[in-house]
Amino acid sequence: MDTQKYALGPLLNEGLSAEDRDLFSDARPVPYEPYPVAVVEKFVNWVRANSLWLLAFGTGCGAVELNPLMTARFDAYRMGVQMRPTPRQSSVFIIGGYASVKTLKRIIRSYEQMQGPKFVVCLGICPINGGMYWDSYNTVNKFDEYLPVDLYITGCMPRPEVLMAGVLELKKKIMEGRADGANRYVENFDWYKANQKRVIKDWNMPDYNW
Amino acid sequence: MQDWPVRIGYFLINLTIVGLYGMLLSGIVARTLAKVQGRIGIPVYQPFIDLLKNLGKRTAVSHGAMFYLGPVFRLAGGIGTLAFVPVLYGSEMFSNFNSAGDLLLAMYFMFFGQLGMAIGAGESGHPFSAIGVARGLGQMTAYEVPFALAIIAIVVQYGSLSINDIVAAQQGGILNWTLFTNPLAVIAAMIAFLGMTGYSPFDVTMAPNEIPIGPPTEYHSSYLAMMTMNRAVFAGAKLILFMDLFFGGATNLVELVIKTWAIYMVAVVVGAAFPRFRVDQSIRFFLRYPTLIGIAAIGYTQAVLLP
Repeated sequence: MDTQKYALGPLLNEGLSAEDRDLFSDARPVPYEPYPVAVVEKFVNWVRANSLWLLAFGTGCGAVELNPLMTARFDAYRMGVQMRPTPRQSSVFIIGGYASVKTLKRIIRSYEQMQGPKFVVCLGICPINGGMYWDSYNTVNKFDEYLPVDLYITGCMPRPEVLMAGVLELKKKIMEGRADGANRYVENFDWYKANQKRVIKDWNMPDYNW
Repeated sequence: MQDWPVRIGYFLINLTIVGLYGMLLSGIVARTLAKVQGRIGIPVYQPFIDLLKNLGKRTAVSHGAMFYLGPVFRLAGGIGTLAFVPVLYGSEMFSNFNSAGDLLLAMYFMFFGQLGMAIGAGESGHPFSAIGVARGLGQMTAYEVPFALAIIAIVVQYGSLSINDIVAAQQGGILNWTLFTNPLAVIAAMIAFLGMTGYSPFDVTMAPNEIPIGPPTEYHSSYLAMMTMNRAVFAGAKLILFMDLFFGGATNLVELVIKTWAIYMVAVVVGAAFPRFRVDQSIRFFLRYPTLIGIAAIGYTQAVLLP
């Protein structure tokens, strides 16, 4: 991995006022390496795939499809899926439909507070190309430009069955070690940050929310 | 009296067994509650997978020294409780470090973990942590009252502060159990036990969907794994303590599993049947009838059992 790329110095945190700047960390996130022993990495990937903790943050209209997932009809618990109310403990972020610019700011904050490895699943057509909101003044069209996405589930709205199929697909990806969105985010950090700051005009948080 | 390395080795075996049993129990309970809700529920081994997942997380952030020490204190509280509770009666291997006055030590350790956790969660700086800690300590103070009264009653009854002596006095038939010799104390202690396990209606501390998950809101990765381990060990230690004090102890592992499972099911059945109390209701509840029952238990012991 190119080490020069990360020797870019601390984050500037320009969105914060001078007295606030001391209160926040200015360290850059670093990419993580897999475990050196392949068998261990494979086992840990299996464990990660079988314990998916969803962040209970409904970011759009698609969030209503998340709730039936945990009820008696679909019961995603049997696949190791649980809802966690705090980003610190969750590993899967489901973007439920369109992301307005106002929500995008909260999505970024929550995503950066999640501990790696973390996975982003986009639900519905809107995060792919804007869907019916493609010419709206306050939603982002290509979500992939702002956060790395590991899996898309398309449809408007996808039913919970499709969501469950997506969860199984995500499991497969994690087990194969292909769900490395968190690393992509760190490696292309400046590109993602520039895109985010382009749409979020009132950037009043640190550059990386540790 | 055997030499110390052997006893510590025995204790580590106990710790492993109780920890694994506690983890398995949480899986069984989650599956039972799922059946109540008409679901299939998690696999019974899911808690182990969750634990390994949290240990296998690649990143962790800290909020300061006490944030580190919170889970450590909590785990020390769980292990300390277990260290002074004899797991099996009459077994050298499963007797742990019990001695005269170990009941007081076990009670102290039950309190200690909560306090350490309160300081650690306080340093994380999350408002929901602070709310959860305030609720947890408030409720703990409330349920400690009937629990302490029940303990005083049976200490007076058996004239000893050693858990081993109390178990020994209950041997020789089901009618010698504290459950039948001093039922008032057992009722008061079992109501306090409902508060200790933190199921409904006394789950104001974690309060899912209300204050997201209370004190551990900011805990993640290996911190959370440590707290999960403590939850298993602590639940096991508490169950064994209750079994020793009130239900005649156990002389083999099968008896231990049956009795502790039955005691735990009391909390689970109540939890599945009742919704959550508000904070003020929960605290006032413990300070009313359970406390009165506890005082009555002491009176009953003094007036009926002692002469």
